[in-house]
Amino acid sequence: MDVFIQTLVSGILIGGIYALVGLGMTLIMGVMRIINLAHGQLMMVAMYITFVLYEYLNIDPYFSLLVSMPALFLLGVLIQKYLLNPLLRIESIIPQNQILMTVGVAMVLTEVMRFIFHSDYKSVKTPYSSAVLYISSIAFNFPMLIAFGIAMILTAGLFFFLLKTDTGKSVRATAQNKDAALLLGVNAEWITQLTYGLGAALAAAAGTLLLPIYYLYPDVGGPFTLKAFIITVLGGLGSTVGAIMGGLVLGVAESLGATYISMALKDAVGMVIFVLVLVFMPGGLKTLTKV
Amino acid sequence: MNFFETQHLTKAFGGLIAVNDVSFQVVKGEIHGLIGPNGSGKTTVFNLINGYYPITSGKILFEGHELNGLPTWKICKFGIGRTFQVVKPLRRMTVLENVMCSAFNLTTRRDVAKEKSLEVLEFCELTKKQDFQAKELTIGDRKRLEIARALATGPRLLLLDETMAGLTPQEQAEGVKLIRKIRDSGITIIIVEHIMQVIMNICDRILCINYGQEIAGGTPAEVANNQAVIEAYLGKE
Amino acid sequence: MKPNHWSKIIIVLFLAIFPLIVPSDYYRHIFILALMWVVIGSSWNLLAGYTGQVSFGHAAFFGVGAYTAGLCVTKLHISAWWGMLLAGPVSMVVAFFIGCICFRLRGPYFNLATLAIAEILRLTAIVWRDLTEGMQGILIMRTFRNKTYYYYFALILAAACIYAIYRVIRSKWGYYFVAIREDQDAAESMGISSFRYKTFSLLISSFFTGLAGAFYMNYMGFIDPEVVFSLYFISIMAILVAIIGGAGTIWGPAVGAFIMVLLQETFRSSFFGLFPKWVSQAHVLVFGLLVIFVIRYMTNGIVGDWVKIQRLWSKNKEQPLASTGS
Repeated sequence: MDVFIQTLVSGILIGGIYALVGLGMTLIMGVMRIINLAHGQLMMVAMYITFVLYEYLNIDPYFSLLVSMPALFLLGVLIQKYLLNPLLRIESIIPQNQILMTVGVAMVLTEVMRFIFHSDYKSVKTPYSSAVLYISSIAFNFPMLIAFGIAMILTAGLFFFLLKTDTGKSVRATAQNKDAALLLGVNAEWITQLTYGLGAALAAAAGTLLLPIYYLYPDVGGPFTLKAFIITVLGGLGSTVGAIMGGLVLGVAESLGATYISMALKDAVGMVIFVLVLVFMPGGLKTLTKV
Repeated sequence: MNFFETQHLTKAFGGLIAVNDVSFQVVKGEIHGLIGPNGSGKTTVFNLINGYYPITSGKILFEGHELNGLPTWKICKFGIGRTFQVVKPLRRMTVLENVMCSAFNLTTRRDVAKEKSLEVLEFCELTKKQDFQAKELTIGDRKRLEIARALATGPRLLLLDETMAGLTPQEQAEGVKLIRKIRDSGITIIIVEHIMQVIMNICDRILCINYGQEIAGGTPAEVANNQAVIEAYLGKE
Repeated sequence: MKPNHWSKIIIVLFLAIFPLIVPSDYYRHIFILALMWVVIGSSWNLLAGYTGQVSFGHAAFFGVGAYTAGLCVTKLHISAWWGMLLAGPVSMVVAFFIGCICFRLRGPYFNLATLAIAEILRLTAIVWRDLTEGMQGILIMRTFRNKTYYYYFALILAAACIYAIYRVIRSKWGYYFVAIREDQDAAESMGISSFRYKTFSLLISSFFTGLAGAFYMNYMGFIDPEVVFSLYFISIMAILVAIIGGAGTIWGPAVGAFIMVLLQETFRSSFFGLFPKWVSQAHVLVFGLLVIFVIRYMTNGIVGDWVKIQRLWSKNKEQPLASTGS
């Protein structure tokens, strides 16, 4: 029983960070109706930034958030502005241009990082990396706990932004009905740039928070992109609450898989869930069939 | 056996009942109008007949066959054609190709389909524009194309959904001429329309609905003088 | 369009006698790969360019075809060439199931699903070691030492593929495919069962892609899951090949195949040895930049925009820009 609770706890902690990944992706999906296949790679870039700050300036990862998030936000805005938005004006046989563009971006980001940092595994071992907090025989991995806490704060911040601020409401309006939003004076171009930047920043946060417990290498983006869209599909594409649920579910499922099946097949768990969801399509995914 | 009829046709979207117990019959060879204020459920009725939406309850009978639950393409094969209120041209194909797609409903051979398509284009006066890309057409021609495409499938019943909307009076007159020509060629028509002159002019019988329910049915004269219809459009005094 | 006609004939003749006039194994290899990509790209184009179903997981069929041929040797102990006969049907069966799952989804959700399924197949091939030898891959003895035989095989395969697609496009099916691409709801109202015809398109597409995979097994003699089920180097490459040449055109993918393979090889070999070694390292980066460039500036591809350019120049409106070639 203890093992089970332990597994659950680990799952929930990491699930909270996964939720950030999912939130970023679902935001982009909701507003721009595209799947950002560069999401994991944006995370990876943030992880390298965090790594460099730690290795050379000894800045603690949690403080690096203040650098990695704005940096990725900027990168996101630039990508959206120069690479993605222009595609909207072109009518082409293949409407999924934007998705393909993100694939290209993903490749370029990965290769540039590989060029700079090479393919060897890097890691960040802070003094408290292996610290564990015990609450009645359940071990809480200290960095994870902090990460979870920060993730919750960021999530709350995002919700505040979306629900209470004018800009946030513009984002939601654009997601619901772009044309109507345009008519109401929303600068859709800027909103899409902001949203992509925001999505990237959230991915950056997740990456930075995960660095203390993950190995870093250029190809780490791929699996994370995959996780991102499993989470968003699980939760219902475009749904922010769904992304949180999806993140937690994936985190717990992976954790259970790692404990009870095998560590190596942890990633396969997500795939299986994805297929099950695709095949049986419960409730929230019915919206898929009439896009 | 009625040529076409609905029996207690009902459609609910969750809690909202868009079409409520609508029953009407259409006689072969007539032009039957379907009118009602905005949002009364006219297009929904078409979408139900066409198989675009599933029916909540009730029956749709065409030449004695029940059409419930059939997919749209099967209903087309049964002999019911339909135009869309917001026209759906196949934009990156030429006018001729657009119509050929429909003509293939009756044949597998390209030359036969082409021949039939040219006939239909001739009928709809679009022959000169056959090599134009559909996306290059004016709205009037797009509406013609929409009708031509529906005709090329070889329907015995044609559903026309607000074909006159957005047309100039001149274009409307031409539209009326075309619709009469279609009926004269042996095709029964159910037409949804907003423009009163058109409907009163060409229909043999009209059904008026509001809030998804029937409020009046009969000849144009009867419906025009019906108190309930007047109230529906103009409001109570 | 007479000059165009002659240049086409010259190109065809050149391809026909290529291995006889160019003895270098290296260049033969490049052309063989290019011809293989003509098949994959054209197949993808049928499903995506003509029918509007943009698959991000065509590697699924390539991999299935390759493994069909490989398993002929490892499990059935017969020549991998039997795989050429079996790969088509096997791919079609797999495709049918993929279609059942994915065709209910529209737009980006369909793309995602196809991508995911290809990835699942890749992971399955890695994990199911008993069947596929896992990451070890399958190694077989190549039948011919002389690449010329493989070249002509690939040439015939490519020609057959293009011809088949050409015939399909001009038939009822072709019209139906494009109708579905343009407006699925309108198509249904015209008596077209979109599920049925999307499936037909997928079956043809997967058939040829599977054949290409089996050919790859026979030609290269070695496959492993990362290569034949690769997202970037098979699935995305197929998309690029078709797009750079011109999606929705008959010759687009063929043109694209040669361009992409030659470009890739130019970088991988550091401009054929002229540039320093590190340029080769960058070939994946170049691939990524190419994706960005092509999507951004050339979405209709060379062939796609070529006719448009010609239209701009010529005064008369003879050939309409129709993608069914009627």
